[in-house]
Amino acid sequence: MRQVLYALVPTVALHVVFFGPGLLIQIVLGVATGLLCEAAALRLRGKPLPPFLLDGSAIITAVLLALCLPPLAPWWLVVSGVAFAILLAKHLFGGLGANPFNPAMVGYAVLLVSFPARLLQWLPPDTAGFEPAALSFTETLTTILTGSPPARFTWDAITSPTPLDALRTDLALGMTMGEAHAGALFSTFGGKGWEWINLATLAGGAWLLVLRIIRWQIPVAMLGALFVCASALSAVDPGAYAGPLFHLTSGASLLGAFFIATDPVSAATSDRGRLIYGAGIGVLTYVIRTWGGYPDGVAFAVLIMNLAVPLIDRYTIPRIYGHAR
Amino acid sequence: MARSAVRGGLRLSAHKERSTEQPLRPASAVDSLVLPLDQQAGAPAVPLVKPGDRVLRGEPVAEPGGEISAWLHSPASGTVAAIEPRPAPQRMGAPTLSIVIANDRRDEHYASSSTSRFEELSPEQLREAIGRGGIVGLGGAVFPTAAKLSSAARANGLRLLVNGAECEPYISCDDMLMRERARDIVLGAQILLHALAAQVCVIAIEDDTPQAAAALGAAIAEARDERIQLRFVASVYPAGGERQLITAVFGVEVPHGGLPADVSTACLNVGTAAAVAQWIRDAQPLTSRIVTVTGDGVREQRNLEVPLGTSMAALIYDCGGYTGRMSRLIMGGSMMGQALPHDDLPVIKATNCIIAASALDLQLRGLEMPCIRCGNCSAVCPAVLLPQQLHWYAAARDFAALETYGLMDCIECGCCDYVCPSQIPLAERFRDMKPALLETLTARASADAARTRFDARTARLERIERERDAALAKKRQELAIPRDPPAQHSPRLGGKS
Repeated sequence: MRQVLYALVPTVALHVVFFGPGLLIQIVLGVATGLLCEAAALRLRGKPLPPFLLDGSAIITAVLLALCLPPLAPWWLVVSGVAFAILLAKHLFGGLGANPFNPAMVGYAVLLVSFPARLLQWLPPDTAGFEPAALSFTETLTTILTGSPPARFTWDAITSPTPLDALRTDLALGMTMGEAHAGALFSTFGGKGWEWINLATLAGGAWLLVLRIIRWQIPVAMLGALFVCASALSAVDPGAYAGPLFHLTSGASLLGAFFIATDPVSAATSDRGRLIYGAGIGVLTYVIRTWGGYPDGVAFAVLIMNLAVPLIDRYTIPRIYGHAR
Repeated sequence: MARSAVRGGLRLSAHKERSTEQPLRPASAVDSLVLPLDQQAGAPAVPLVKPGDRVLRGEPVAEPGGEISAWLHSPASGTVAAIEPRPAPQRMGAPTLSIVIANDRRDEHYASSSTSRFEELSPEQLREAIGRGGIVGLGGAVFPTAAKLSSAARANGLRLLVNGAECEPYISCDDMLMRERARDIVLGAQILLHALAAQVCVIAIEDDTPQAAAALGAAIAEARDERIQLRFVASVYPAGGERQLITAVFGVEVPHGGLPADVSTACLNVGTAAAVAQWIRDAQPLTSRIVTVTGDGVREQRNLEVPLGTSMAALIYDCGGYTGRMSRLIMGGSMMGQALPHDDLPVIKATNCIIAASALDLQLRGLEMPCIRCGNCSAVCPAVLLPQQLHWYAAARDFAALETYGLMDCIECGCCDYVCPSQIPLAERFRDMKPALLETLTARASADAARTRFDARTARLERIERERDAALAKKRQELAIPRDPPAQHSPRLGGKS
């Protein structure tokens, strides 16, 4: 599991480049909460601390959840999200290996449903065309700990929607895809800054594939399904539907495909099952983004497919050697 | 039918080069030889001698104790010192009834009556003759060869597959045999072809044993026998598993619950073929076998021709003794071998390899962690099982699910253990779980049979009653007796008629 963390380093680094040091603070808060909750749950369940605490699974859950939160989100968001993920989504179901739902996504979904406004207050990327607030490390820390920005700024001055969110609002306002894409947040094929972060995620994911930490079925099926859906609908009406490249490089598509949906505990288990599972996540992500109530759909798509895993597993048992075809 | 391919498996480092540097040599004679009577699959053999009897080398000392059993012959000349329980390696060191022979070191031969003109025998006679040589499968399963041949001979269009794919790490006795006694193997194949009335023989070896391939190729060319061909299989563990090899060579799968004969194949080890040749040609019954002595814990790593019954301690001493790195003694290879409690155990027909393992040789297991369903195990499973699901259902003792998920199809190769990131001893769990599942299946089968019997009985009784009622009604009509009013109806009436 340590390799999974290493594979996330480029993503985190570019995230800090474009959005400031907020993510690092969120990760520290999240990991501390994660380890504390893990230790408490293990103690309560009478399990030995060292092997489980050091296996890295709680750390990964915390880092993945922190990556989903706005960099300036108040401290209690990441703390309550991670606590919910570890205590309720993971240990109430039996701890490592026994959780039916991806803990990080359960934590994120709880936060998204409970505090939608806070989760959509993102920052503008630090690239050409923006004058980001450029908060210092201390200012960032104070903002996260107090929940309000430094006195010289208002929230409106320093926050910005994510590209997926902006696109959604623009389309709702009656703009065409072309007009929306002309907006300041957008670049050639994705959101400014985001496309680079997502490329870093792709590189990290590819590294995990090469190391055989993850296998290709889930990422390929998920991204393939997303690509097919986006291609089909944008071919029908390019004015109303975003194209496949935008979908693949926006939001949590790549993070989801390589780091979230590939969580083996909550995924389908056979090769064929994993193709179905991944494709289901891809389709549902597209559906939720396009017609659903939230700008991104990866978290809910993963949770819904987690729910379908027992069914998928049941119908995708491979043919055992020597049994009839 | 679609051609099947072998799936899963592992490319493992073979650890064979150390034991194949030295040529084969006979092991030094020892004073006492211990022959466990139950060293073959099936029924234990029954002693033909009693303590104090003088025996010669090659003389039968025990006869088959059942349909599936084997002859035992004395590996040396001497006297029967005792017939008593002695610790045996196949029982993890627990004692089992054994014939103990005191070697007089005179090496006097018993004049076995075998026949070198095997072509003159009928296949049936030849199979029986092979049985009298005490020959069992030397690949490790020690199934009596005559019984295997007789059961396979019933199949139509039978093909002989001689297994030289020695896929398990550390073991090199077959490699050495193929290098040094390729002619015996080819002659053995010819004898087996005759015993099976078969016309096709494939000798299969791994593609990373060039010396063995060269020797076998030369021996086949020399024999000028067009029925026999050499085939290479990829060096992937467990390529030499009987089922995996049949699939790799012939592209068919042995059906669930079936035998190789169900796909017209008889599969025998190269060591078995050579033993058959030595018995039929030279009248030498199976009284010794090639054993690989290897591992960092022994000074001289090599292959030896070892008389059966030689103690492992003596064999290790013969190989220069233990090194300071010795940690654990294992019989068999590193994947499927069994750890032995001590070395005061005899070499038996199943002893293909003894590993004096150092800590380096041992795959030391870390702490077992929960399964995270990563699926590495199912990716390598040659039986295409889902070990992660089997593990789950084994923990829950859910026998119905264990059957559905194919526990009985597990070949216990240990590939799943090897790749498990949570260090779960999966194959061991499955091996332990099989008897319980078998018991459940048997209990269910007998319950089903009882229910069928009960249903049949109920149906029969109902039918008899119906027929009797019908007969009664008919009789009444014939006699034109008016129907009794219900109140006067006697229940005994039915009984009297």
